[in-house]
Amino acid sequence: MGEFAFSSDLWADDMLWGATLRSPHPRARITGLDLGPALRIPGVYAVLTHEDVPGRRLYGLEHVDQPVLAADEVRYQGEPIVVVAADHPETARRAVAAIGITYEVLDPVTDPEAALHDDRAPRVHADRPNLLRHVPIRRGDPHAAAAVVVTGEYEVGMQDQAFLGPESGLAVPAEDGGIDLYIATQWLHVDQQQVAACLGLAADKVRLTLAGVGGAFGAREDLSMQVHACMLALRTGRPVKMVYGREESFFGHVHRHPARLRYEHGADADGRLVYVKARILLDGGAYASSSGAVVANAATLGVGPYDVPNVVMDAYGLYTNNPPCGAMRGFGAVQACFAYESQMDKLAAALGLDPVEVRVRNALHTGDRMPTGQVVEGPAPVAELLRLVQSKPPAGPADFPPGGTANTTHGEGVVRGVGYGIGIKNVCFSEGFDDYATARVRLELVGGRPAVLVHTAAAEVGQGLVTVQAQIVRTELGVDQVTIAPADTAVGSAGSSSASRQTYMTGGAVRAACQAIRTRLLDRTDGIPDGLRLVDGQVVDTDGTVVADIAELLGDEAIEETVQWRHRPTQALDPETGQGDAHVQYAFAAHRATVDVDLDLGLVKVVEIVTAQDVGKAVNPVAVTGQIHGGTAQGLGLALMEEIQLVDGKVRNPSFTDYLLPTIMDMPPMTVDVLELADPHSPYGLRGVGEPPTISSTPAVVAAIRAATGAALTRVPVRPEHIVGV
Amino acid sequence: MDFLTPPTWADALAIRAERPDAVPIAGGTDVMVELNFHRRRPGVLLDLTRIGDLTTWAMDGELLRIGAGVSYTRIIEELGDRLPGLAMASRTVGSPQIRNRGTVGGNLGSASPAGDAHPPLLAAGAQVELASVRGTRLVPIDEFFTGPKRSVLAPDELIAAVWVRPADGPEQFSKIGTRNAMVIAVSSFALALHPGRREVGTGIGSAAPTPRRAAEAELYAAGQLPWDTLAGLEPDVARRFGELVAAAASPIDDVRGTAAYRRHALAVLAQRTLTWAWRDLCG
Repeated sequence: MGEFAFSSDLWADDMLWGATLRSPHPRARITGLDLGPALRIPGVYAVLTHEDVPGRRLYGLEHVDQPVLAADEVRYQGEPIVVVAADHPETARRAVAAIGITYEVLDPVTDPEAALHDDRAPRVHADRPNLLRHVPIRRGDPHAAAAVVVTGEYEVGMQDQAFLGPESGLAVPAEDGGIDLYIATQWLHVDQQQVAACLGLAADKVRLTLAGVGGAFGAREDLSMQVHACMLALRTGRPVKMVYGREESFFGHVHRHPARLRYEHGADADGRLVYVKARILLDGGAYASSSGAVVANAATLGVGPYDVPNVVMDAYGLYTNNPPCGAMRGFGAVQACFAYESQMDKLAAALGLDPVEVRVRNALHTGDRMPTGQVVEGPAPVAELLRLVQSKPPAGPADFPPGGTANTTHGEGVVRGVGYGIGIKNVCFSEGFDDYATARVRLELVGGRPAVLVHTAAAEVGQGLVTVQAQIVRTELGVDQVTIAPADTAVGSAGSSSASRQTYMTGGAVRAACQAIRTRLLDRTDGIPDGLRLVDGQVVDTDGTVVADIAELLGDEAIEETVQWRHRPTQALDPETGQGDAHVQYAFAAHRATVDVDLDLGLVKVVEIVTAQDVGKAVNPVAVTGQIHGGTAQGLGLALMEEIQLVDGKVRNPSFTDYLLPTIMDMPPMTVDVLELADPHSPYGLRGVGEPPTISSTPAVVAAIRAATGAALTRVPVRPEHIVGV
Repeated sequence: MDFLTPPTWADALAIRAERPDAVPIAGGTDVMVELNFHRRRPGVLLDLTRIGDLTTWAMDGELLRIGAGVSYTRIIEELGDRLPGLAMASRTVGSPQIRNRGTVGGNLGSASPAGDAHPPLLAAGAQVELASVRGTRLVPIDEFFTGPKRSVLAPDELIAAVWVRPADGPEQFSKIGTRNAMVIAVSSFALALHPGRREVGTGIGSAAPTPRRAAEAELYAAGQLPWDTLAGLEPDVARRFGELVAAAASPIDDVRGTAAYRRHALAVLAQRTLTWAWRDLCG
């Protein structure tokens, strides 16, 4: 039994506490700054501004556009301006409050439509247009006509990752003039690269170690307090800890892009899709973060897991003065799925077809082409997943009515509805990105017994990667004693724990390193035939007869292999037509949701969710099911309650009192079917698991509410007033 | 910040009189949130949890006197039969952990328009016992709240107890939230029937600057309900009652809901709760 130390539990003797002054305005010029009152507070050791950034003053994942600390202009509410180090967190907060600062408040750009079209809209960044990225996709005949046409406009609110462990870390100055940073993140090396640039240090002087991560979901892909804590530590010569509070956390990380989506689906009389035309607007907020890749995902996955011969798709990402948006579980595929699945239901209704039937008739199959022209290789069990969730027995009575324990109905007004959704997601990094993972594996005798040490920089963010790495070693090397070393930058990059990629990538790297070790070990068994396996510390032949002992073969000499492992390469998208083999692997999940809705009050109880997902190979079946449960809950949250509400660029609900997450009373029992249809290209045939369940649960829940109520419901989260229509 | 833990009620009142910057704390379910969000930095936290008397309740004549420190969990478990409306409201407060810590006295002290205990106390015609070194006074609950998070509580006063008559007829409480548990009310409604004196009590939550009664709706229902015959409730009467309750509210648009929805929901809740309560009365 052990205790898991989260990054917020970090401690060093003699450490100082950091705190951050943030802009209260979405757009303003800083007209005056007086640090004196803060510096005069006893116990305050440093008060730093943009002028104190030792190296590059900007950072960013795709575009280096975000100031470490704002210089003369702030572009979103919550943008950091000054950081303080003090001997007590309360002292640090008081110092922040004591700083004198004045602003010239400017009108913020908050409407992405205006940011795109209106030449009079101010530029969020003076040196570039508000259009961050446009991804067009043109496939087939842009003028194709169809017998049945359905159109719709949809909106997705700003969801937050809402991880429970707020941004936190500890920066410790080192004797060599460098820094050791203990940090909860998703990708140590991309942090290292950015922190080193901003500190003006060589990468080897900036050493990162993963601290206990309390959830991520994309929100830890960008920097938060990393550079700030390091600046304060280097300036004061003392360890500096920064921990955001819950409210600050809502301003400390990027969110899911709010979206406006316009779709037109044309189909023949049998319901087979002839064309899809779509326009997707994604609000990137004040800084780019990973918006470009999100836009590409929305575009390339924007017609869903359907075979569509003619596609005209335009997806746009915009700068506004809203909070910056970036990575969140589902990454552009979520927004599109709500719209295209709503459209498929509309199409079914227009044709008088069953919603599953219309989907099955258009289902993508192996060998079909995506709108990008990419051929879908490997299993694509779209129709099978749909039929599977449809085939389950209907849900029984609910445990309690909509409204929960709050006694709002004794059955009055309650109607039931069932809805379906299916989604598609790319796994791993796309568009020609050089995506790799590094693993160092060492086999040696410890106390006379073979033992393995695995060292990677892969971030365990709660998904179970530590366990998976050990499983792979035990499977490949037949050694029971496996230690997973702490993830740090002393070994090569593992890439990000995102895009559902880490079991695929770091798992692939660990497996490849184990295979290299195995080859070297078996080379020592000269004269023994092929087909040997390593089992329980022994080398066995095809009959299971023990032919050697790993410990004997190994002797005193350790075998160590470091492998840099890549998935098959991808291509960039053609900038005019969006054609290209941009994605590595596609993953699919389907959901059936059953809801009870109180028609008079607009309250919803999701009674049951049935889901089916192809995972290629369930490396850890319990963890896979956990991902599917959790992802589904996050999608249910987007359907019913999770939204950062903005007015004029300001966040109205930065707390768990008013940013509502589903509770155990909101999440119903689930039936989960896991298919294991091997992908020929991936390690063990596995398919990324984490994101697909988040994508299709949202449209399934909304479709069920529509089925119960007849309400149009073109926006998520659905609110009670949308259902009752007041 | 000082943290003072008076062992007796007299000590607590003395401190309260000397230190106007003292913030009383009982379960801490409101105060600690405000501290954690840096909304308040009181000079003194006045911890009332050491004062045993505050956590007792007893009948005093015809009335129940509930100490300000009695938790929601105890209301549910120990007073559910005598105060069913308050117990129903208590069940909707936060999570089990919050219900173990949170108190009715604290709810009144915060005086939030969304406080879950307030509507059933309004419907039951409770009185609030306020104490200071100057003495003790009883304030009718519908005169207690003066604005959002404001009450008649004087700077030197503490809430000692709530006085309320045990239910003499059916009581109901309903609360709207945008999830099925652990949610602050979008709007809420409490109803108490007093068949003995042929009166109806109401309480509206989260739909006005303060919790408030729907006086016109009370009079209307009292006049229209067939007390003599105990005949079935006319749908028109229930509907009109709902309209009057909705009209008594003055809701706003905020992050939790729109004014229009709040009004609409109150009408539905009022109609439904009157229907249930009348059915209970008629057996």
